[in-house]
Amino acid sequence: MLSCKHTTHLLSEALDRPLSRRERFALRFHLLFCRGCRAFQGQMDFLRKASRSFIHWRDAGDQ
Amino acid sequence: MTDTRNAEIISGFRPQMLKFARLQLQDDSGAEDAVQEAIEAALGGIDRFAGRSALKTWIFTILRHKIIDALRERGRTVQVSSLERDESELDEAFDALFKENAHWSPQSRPKPWGDPEEALQQRQFWHVFETCLEILPARTARVFMMREFLGFETDEICTTLALTTSNCNVILHRARAGLRQCLNQGWFAGEAQPC
Ligand SMILES: [Zn+2]
Repeated sequence: MLSCKHTTHLLSEALDRPLSRRERFALRFHLLFCRGCRAFQGQMDFLRKASRSFIHWRDAGDQ
Repeated sequence: MTDTRNAEIISGFRPQMLKFARLQLQDDSGAEDAVQEAIEAALGGIDRFAGRSALKTWIFTILRHKIIDALRERGRTVQVSSLERDESELDEAFDALFKENAHWSPQSRPKPWGDPEEALQQRQFWHVFETCLEILPARTARVFMMREFLGFETDEICTTLALTTSNCNVILHRARAGLRQCLNQGWFAGEAQPC
């Protein structure tokens, strides 16, 4: 069983590279039983979305 | 939105950048060099920025990184540490969220964020987001922005900044975990609980 800390590393790397089958399986298994890591996963996805929106966000100062 | 307009915006930041670099480096020609290098490095990919804030956050991050490199080259570790929150400090803050067995400790186990989509519509949220990026260590922030703002692949980032792949992965994780914690405290914790 993965530790939560290890899981956070895999969740981060999943945003940067395709995980191996083995990693995907271990991750899915951990997430099934761990609310904390599921929340962390949602927040990682949100960070990506927020970053993409940030570069398009136009302040009132922008023309 | 054109590159030309962003290039103009960047040159508009120049005086402020110079002032910042002079203050940190205490040396005019060193400051000029750092600013010039930062501007050149920032020009690649600027067409992706539609807003001034994000562009400014990006270019000042590169400048901070250049200044820290210059200070390190001169062996001025004291100034480096006063300018930069240490990477190891962030790692310690992250480690503190876990028990001995590397599972979440009950009080710091992440909880889902209320309505994150709605945050994206709010001006005040973006100010918090900017601040959270600004307090990341310079290199950490730069790697994160190359990945998430400019959409570079990890190996391109590693090559450009002369890092190993595992180093890059560790830095990206550090950045994301740090931002998560900062937003959690600075924005989502203050949210009203749904009744
Ligand atoms: Zn977990």
